[in-house]
Amino acid sequence: MPKNKSNIRSEGDRILSTSQAINEALAEVGARNKDVLLFAEGIDDPSAVYGTTKELRKIYGDARIIEMPVAENGLCGVAIGASICGKRPVISFHRVEFALLAMEQIVNNAAKMHYASNGQHKSPIVIRLVIGRGWGQGPQHSQSLETLFASIPGLKVLMPVFPGDTKGMLIAAVEDNNPTIIIEHRWCHYVKGHVDEGYYTCDISSPKQIRKGNDVTIASTSYSTLEAIKACDALNSIDIHADLFDMRSVSPLNVQGLISSVEKTGRIMTVDIGHKTYGIGAEIIASVLESTKQPMNSNPVRIALPDHPVPSSRGYIPGLYPDANKIVKRVCEMVGAEDDKINYSLEYLKKSQGDLPVDVPDPSFHGPF
Amino acid sequence: MEKTNFKNKFHQESAQQILYRTLLVRIVEEEIVERYGKPGDRQEMRCPVHLSIGQEAAAVGACYHLTNDDRAFSTHRCHAHYLAKGGSVDKMALELHGKLGGCLDGRGGSMHLMDDDVGMMASVPIVSSSIPLAVGTALSDKIDENKNVSLAFFGDASTEEGVFHESVNFASLKELPVIFVCENNLYSVYTHIDDRQPNRDLSEFGNAHGLKTIKVDGNDVFAVADAFKDIVCRAREERKPSLVVMDTYRWREHCGVNYDDHLGYRDANELPAWQKRDPVNLAIEAVKDAALMSEEQISNMKISIQKQVAESFDMAVDAPLPNPELASRFVYA
Repeated sequence: MPKNKSNIRSEGDRILSTSQAINEALAEVGARNKDVLLFAEGIDDPSAVYGTTKELRKIYGDARIIEMPVAENGLCGVAIGASICGKRPVISFHRVEFALLAMEQIVNNAAKMHYASNGQHKSPIVIRLVIGRGWGQGPQHSQSLETLFASIPGLKVLMPVFPGDTKGMLIAAVEDNNPTIIIEHRWCHYVKGHVDEGYYTCDISSPKQIRKGNDVTIASTSYSTLEAIKACDALNSIDIHADLFDMRSVSPLNVQGLISSVEKTGRIMTVDIGHKTYGIGAEIIASVLESTKQPMNSNPVRIALPDHPVPSSRGYIPGLYPDANKIVKRVCEMVGAEDDKINYSLEYLKKSQGDLPVDVPDPSFHGPF
Repeated sequence: MEKTNFKNKFHQESAQQILYRTLLVRIVEEEIVERYGKPGDRQEMRCPVHLSIGQEAAAVGACYHLTNDDRAFSTHRCHAHYLAKGGSVDKMALELHGKLGGCLDGRGGSMHLMDDDVGMMASVPIVSSSIPLAVGTALSDKIDENKNVSLAFFGDASTEEGVFHESVNFASLKELPVIFVCENNLYSVYTHIDDRQPNRDLSEFGNAHGLKTIKVDGNDVFAVADAFKDIVCRAREERKPSLVVMDTYRWREHCGVNYDDHLGYRDANELPAWQKRDPVNLAIEAVKDAALMSEEQISNMKISIQKQVAESFDMAVDAPLPNPELASRFVYA
C-alpha cells in the first residue's frame, strides 16, 4: 500500500468497491420505492452488469426487473414512457457506446419531456453508462462521451468516482425528477473505499472539492480525479498545493466554487477523459474565465485525450491517457517550478506508484477515499 | 359497414357522437385551410401543419372506446388524434397560433398537440419516436394492475423504423395493454410505399411479432369503431397487445394546406378515387341510412360545429403571445 493513499473520507471502515456500492444503492432505492424499475440486458445473468445488479430480483420482484431485449432505443423509449406515469426506471448499458443507439429517445423524448409538455410531464429516468478502458478495449468500447449528453439541456450528467459518492449520487439521481445520465468508469468499479450503510443521498448539483491549496485550481472528471489526487500528493512534496475539484456533476455545470478558487490561485487546469477539442475542459475553462474578476497568473491548461480514437494494442497507449505524471509536469510549468523540484516530485510519484502496466487499473486506488 | 350490421351495433347516441367527432376533425382542418393564409396575408398560424383531412375515420373510430385515463400517442400529423381523444378546440386553436392558453402555451405548435387531462400523452414529430412511449405507459399500467389502455398512432413509414419493431417485440413478449394503430396513407412525404418497401401486407409485421393483428377499412369510421370495441376490450380486460392496420389517404399536401397533385408524385386518378370514399360522407350516409339522424339534424350539427370552431379560432387570433422570459421554463423539473 503506497503511503500517499488518499484519505479524504477517512471516517468509517466499511470498505466496498464502487460496483458493490452501486449494487447497494439499487437495493436500497428499490426496497424503499416501489416505483423504481430496473432495465438491463443480462440483468441477472451470471455477470449481472459487473455485479451491480446482482441478486436484486428478490428485492424488486419479477415485475420490476426488466430483462431488455437487445433494443436500446426501443427500451429506452419504453423506460421513458413508464417514467411519465410516475415510474423511476434505472436503465443500464454495458458501454457508453450502446447509448448512441438510444440517442433519439434520450435527446428527443427524455430531455424534452418536461419542456415539450409545458411542464405537464416529467421523465425521472436514470441511464447508467460505463466507459471502458484498458485490456485492449479498442475504439468503440472506450469512449467517454459525456459532452454529447451534457450539451443537451434537460439532461443531468453525473460522473461519480468514489464508492461512497457513487452510492449516494445514484440514489439522488433516482429521487431526482429529471432524466439523469450516470457515466461510470469501468476502472472506478474496482475502486474501494468507505461506504455508509443504508439509504442516503449525495449532492448532484455541484463539484466536490477534495484537495485544498493556493497555487492552482484543478477540475477533473471521473477516473482522472484519481490521477489528479496522486499528482496533488506528489506536488505537495515540493510545496505546491492545488485546489482539486472532482467534477462529479458535469451538467448542469456549476462553476461557482471554481470561480472563487481561480480568483485565489490565478491558474486553472482541467483533466478529463474525453477528447480535448470541444471537450468538457473547454466548457469549464470558458465558464470560469467568463466570470473571474482577477487577472490570471498563467494560461489555462487542458489535459484530455488526443483527438483520435483509442486503439486496442497496449503498444499505442503509453502517454495517451491523462495521468499523474502529465498533471505534475504541467502544474510545475504553470507555477514556474525549478527543474530540481520537478524531478523531485516526479521521482516521488514514481516511488509511490511503481511500474504499473498501462492497460490495467492502478491497484493503489483503494480507500478509504 | 352493412346496414343491418350497423343498426345492431350502433344506437342513436353512439352514432351521433361518432359523427360529431368525425365532422369536428374535418371542420377544424377546413378552418385551418381557410385561415392559414398565403405569403402576404397576416399568417396568424406560424407553424408547419400536417392536416388530417381524409384520415378522420381512423382517428375517431380508434379513440371511440377510450376514456380520459387511456393514453394516446401521436406523430407530426396529430390534429385528428388530439380531437378524437377529446382534446379541446380552444386549446388547439391557441396552440396553432402560438398563444398562451394553448395546450402547450405555444411551446409545441401543430406537431406536438397533447393534453394530459384527456390522456393525449404526446405527439412527437420524429417518425416512430412516440411508439415506445406508448409501450412504456402500458408497462407501467400493467405493473400497477389498472385497466388503462395505451394506443400508439403512426403511419406506414413507421414500420420501416427499427424502433417500431423493437417496441412491438417487447409489447408482445410482455403482453402489454397497448394497441399499435397503423394508418397506411401510402406516402412518406412524396414517396410511395412501393418505392420504400417490398410488396407485402403491413399486417404481416404483427403476425411476425406474434400479436393479434387485424385490418380495417380506414375510411369507414363505424367499421373502425366496431373493430376497436374488441381490440380495446382485449387490451383492457386481458392486457394483450394488438396491431390494427388501416388503409386511408391524405388528401392534401404532406405539410401545408394546399393540394399538391400538380407535382406529379402521385397518380392523377388516386385522389378522386379516395374522395369517392370520403370518411365524412360515408359516416353521414351511414347515419342517414340507419335513420338515426335526419338530413336537417346533421346539417344543424355541422353548422353548430362550424360556429364553435370559428369562435375558437377568432379567440386564438386575439389571445396574447407568450413572453420571451417564459422560453426557459420547464427545462428541469
